[in-house]
Amino acid sequence: MTALVIRGGQLLDPAAGVDALKDVLLKDGRVAEIAAPGKLKSANGAEVLDATGLYLAPGLIDMHVHLREPGQGYKETIATGTAAAAAGGFTAVAAMPNTTPVNDSSEITRWMLAPEREAAIRVFPIAAATRGSKGEMLNEYAALKSAGAVALSDDGRPILKDNIMREALTAAARVGLTVIQHAEDTRLTQGGSMNLGPMSFKLGLRGMAAEAESSIVERDIRLVTELRDTRVHLHVAHTSTAAALAAVRQARRNGLRVTCEVAPHHFLLTEEHVGLYNTNAKMCPPLRSAADRDAMIEAILDGVVDAIATDHAPHAVHEKEVEFDNAPNGIIGLETAFGLSLRWLHKEWKLPLGRVLSLLSAQPAALLGMKGRGTLTVGSFADVVVFDPKAEWTYNAREGKSKSRNTPFDGWTMQGKVRWTISEGRIAYNAETA
Amino acid sequence: MNPTTTPVRRQLSHPPVDASPFPYNPGSLLSAGDLSLDGISHILARATALENQDPLVRNRILAKRRVALLFYESSTRTRTSFELAAKSLGADTTLVSSLSSSIEKGESLKDTGLTLRALGAEAIILRHNSSGAAWLLESETRLPVLNAGDGMHEHPTQALLDLRTILAHLKAGAETVTPETLAGVTVSIVGDILHSRVARSNMLLLPRLGARVLLCGPKELLPELAALAGPGITIERDFEAALRQSQVIMMLRIQAERLAGLQLDLEEYKAAYQLTGPRLGTLAPTAIVLHPGPIIRGLELTAGVADGPQSAILEQVKNGVAIRMAVVERALLADKQGGRA
Repeated sequence: MTALVIRGGQLLDPAAGVDALKDVLLKDGRVAEIAAPGKLKSANGAEVLDATGLYLAPGLIDMHVHLREPGQGYKETIATGTAAAAAGGFTAVAAMPNTTPVNDSSEITRWMLAPEREAAIRVFPIAAATRGSKGEMLNEYAALKSAGAVALSDDGRPILKDNIMREALTAAARVGLTVIQHAEDTRLTQGGSMNLGPMSFKLGLRGMAAEAESSIVERDIRLVTELRDTRVHLHVAHTSTAAALAAVRQARRNGLRVTCEVAPHHFLLTEEHVGLYNTNAKMCPPLRSAADRDAMIEAILDGVVDAIATDHAPHAVHEKEVEFDNAPNGIIGLETAFGLSLRWLHKEWKLPLGRVLSLLSAQPAALLGMKGRGTLTVGSFADVVVFDPKAEWTYNAREGKSKSRNTPFDGWTMQGKVRWTISEGRIAYNAETA
Repeated sequence: MNPTTTPVRRQLSHPPVDASPFPYNPGSLLSAGDLSLDGISHILARATALENQDPLVRNRILAKRRVALLFYESSTRTRTSFELAAKSLGADTTLVSSLSSSIEKGESLKDTGLTLRALGAEAIILRHNSSGAAWLLESETRLPVLNAGDGMHEHPTQALLDLRTILAHLKAGAETVTPETLAGVTVSIVGDILHSRVARSNMLLLPRLGARVLLCGPKELLPELAALAGPGITIERDFEAALRQSQVIMMLRIQAERLAGLQLDLEEYKAAYQLTGPRLGTLAPTAIVLHPGPIIRGLELTAGVADGPQSAILEQVKNGVAIRMAVVERALLADKQGGRA
């Protein structure tokens, strides 16, 4: 494998406490050497990337994406989804199992990881917690883990039954995996297509109450409390309500291993952005009230939120060009998460750059137990994003790498332009040739 | 809000909400809220003028223009009156209903709209079971779209014909409306507000003319947040208290087809909310009674009330044709009349 030198850039590696001008040598997929500018010892013959004036940081990690393979390749493939991820600065994504068929077996997990999928960056499958994600019978967690699964989730659906959720948490803990819960009491959200509130009444749409999310989070936290096993790790996916965050906050104070993620659309948008039935503002959980949105921002700023995750959910154009209540849930997010985070969390709301990067890399890596990722020290994986944190640009969904265009952020101003994304020493994205 | 929620420390700026691009076509009537007061006055005046015009002159106004009626739900009043309205202006109409069309084979609303446009339709009148369907159809076809009822959302021509009926009784048929036209008038809307597009359109229209709107019904059919839908709207759960204050009583049908599993004790409902002769006679002896139809005699109101002297239900139907003539004319002539009315 060829060697790469990234020269002249500002290395920002919050996990290692580094924020300095450094030259970095990448070799055989790993970080081989880090030195002051011009001081690399073994860089001879390596291809050089000139990062003067740019930042380099550990490649971003999205712990919640839908790559749609197997079975829904018309929306996205592992190849196109990971190309979009690379364009967005990501070097690793965790792929949810609501594919066709559901990824509830070692065979499907291995199929997703096969070289024939032509992934541009690393894919980490999240396997279904229950058979067919039906919430009735647990899968074989040990086998799934050895096939490559990094977590368990029935995402898109909740695990509703108390006893099944309890068993899932216990069995997952036994093999050292996290259970990621899609917290939605579907008994309360039937027919719902947006947040329940004055907007849903005005638009004549059936609403999804905030309590449908928070009640499941509270139930899950009660189960974790009752299990009294420090290995048990509950992670709340796409948290969207103030009440759910309050429950997570309290669980953390009580010393429980309960973590959560927030998607950019939930810290940026509210139910008002549904406008007049914009199906690209329809997702599950839905866009919530301004108070909920403010609670997301506050919890990110004060550290209760563990990760920013996109819930990248591609759908074909024709699937979204329908009546609002008939449109599928979800928006794409891999190509906008970084630009929106820098534009709003960093520039507007003054979250330090290192903290933004942590939420998008070191912290999700730690949550999913990805060793050697989320940091750039000698010996760690050569997963790097090189970017200009000050550059502003306008997102045009039609020019994106994803197969789909279902985004409410088309035409938005972004901050922070990715120059190169390097996945295990290989250039996965180059802005000049993209 | 949960008491453990940390209060927000800072005042933060947020991404703005884009202004609505609707309506794309100046001839469209999607929402009762899209019309300016001048626009409403114009429609009211044209309704009267067209109603009084010689039919043989009137039917030259839109001679051989093509209007499509696209109906995904059954309808008697709305469909027939739109059709009669368009025809009496001389337009050719065609009806496409979800049964007996390619919609049954799975054709999307977008494709159906584009097909009608390719067939020469110059305006589409849409009745659909999904809220927001008219907005989708308009953005995809860019034709004038007349919303003839979208799900639980809006039914703007119904609100306009209700207004015409109210004005005829209370304001001697006034046609020029202002923010004070209905000052001092209380309109009670009673029953299944949650599922009612008629209620939503009236809630958008009547307060802008100064009317006070009382919403009355049980919690299951009238959630508290309905009061937040706009200014001039109050919830009054006590039907008899609402009647005492009202000059206009608008009764609604319980929409069994939209209850979605909601269980309702009809006997209890009738005891609390049925408009009966004695209730009307003692509590609101001079009020007019409206109902968008279809009425279910013996449920939301008694047969005696429906057929009684205070009932303006059939006048509403008649006003529907006049209002829809004005709205169809506006759809096809909006450009010539100088854009958005």
